[in-house]
Amino acid sequence: MQILCQCQTAGLFFEQKLVDLMRFEGSTKAMAQRTAGAVTPIDKRGILLAGVAAPNFTLHVTPDQTLTLSDLRGRPVILAFYPADWSPVCGDQMALYNEILPEFRKFGADLLGVSVDGAWCHAAFAETRHLHFPLLADFEPKGAVARQYGAYRAGDGFCERALFVIDKNGIIAWSYCSPVAINPGADGILQALEDLPK
Amino acid sequence: MATLKVPITSEDHAQGPENAEVTLVEYGDYECPYCGQAYLVVEQVQKQLGKRLRFVFRNFPLSEMHPHAEAAAEVAEFAGAQGKFWEMHDKLYENQERLGEALYLNLAEKLRLSTTALRQALEQRTFEARVRADFKGGVRSGVNGTPTFFINGHRHDGSFDFETLLSAVHQAIGTAKSA
Repeated sequence: MQILCQCQTAGLFFEQKLVDLMRFEGSTKAMAQRTAGAVTPIDKRGILLAGVAAPNFTLHVTPDQTLTLSDLRGRPVILAFYPADWSPVCGDQMALYNEILPEFRKFGADLLGVSVDGAWCHAAFAETRHLHFPLLADFEPKGAVARQYGAYRAGDGFCERALFVIDKNGIIAWSYCSPVAINPGADGILQALEDLPK
Repeated sequence: MATLKVPITSEDHAQGPENAEVTLVEYGDYECPYCGQAYLVVEQVQKQLGKRLRFVFRNFPLSEMHPHAEAAAEVAEFAGAQGKFWEMHDKLYENQERLGEALYLNLAEKLRLSTTALRQALEQRTFEARVRADFKGGVRSGVNGTPTFFINGHRHDGSFDFETLLSAVHQAIGTAKSA
């Protein structure tokens, strides 16, 4: 019950530990750039930028159900890649989005969380945190979807904390990659949704 | 750096003079144990700085995680509408483990507020819109957990133990003076 509010303290400890991990950043970037290809606009952290067609995917949302991105065409989609289900900072970010869900829905937007955790792990996590939005398992081949978005940390084996707002036509309208230890919050997402053409 | 997007107005709950040297804003949740700790820290910082500090409290109830947070926020707003926000705010934090209707009615009685009116306000969700507006403003300002502090409009990303918070506030006073 205390995960979100623990973030301020737990997050700081986590941040310290992640300083070492950040050293992999350089190689991860280069990897992402190769993955995304030279012609695709990517930012300095390697994620896909606005104006690019969002790579389509089908991922498990529960152990026996899948979700395909293109099925959501016609309404905005928020794609939130995050490193892992149970680490304190991630629980924090997903819990925050859970609280803000009604604001996202006012824009008719669907929120999808994505990590490399398996569907059973997601199910346990979502149940514990009472999450009201789907968590997708980028599990096999591991991180394949995250790689397409330039949101995979190859040195670490998990996703970046990367956010994408995809418009109703399937084009990335906004993207943002936060340092792994820092909860990016929701202000950027809400601004991007507001900026979408009506 | 995240900044406060919703300016402080007379609608806000504030302690300390409007022209204080530094303004500390907290987005908090009455059921969050860390906010409970922060309540004591803020009290100490206020004691230390006296009239040099203005403190503003805004609601950020994480109601999916904390089942009592929303009602408690509405109770504080109910008291606020009758000029007793801070009395109720303090009592709620001091009795954080006992949040629930019995406590709210008991506190209302102690503060000489009508328990019938309180029941009605909770049933009709009279103060829901106010609490929600605080929450939305917080999200827009980059509040991503509780408690989140803003010092002179800038989000304080450090820890909120007494020494850290006090030194951040002092630093803001220094910056304001040299500007």
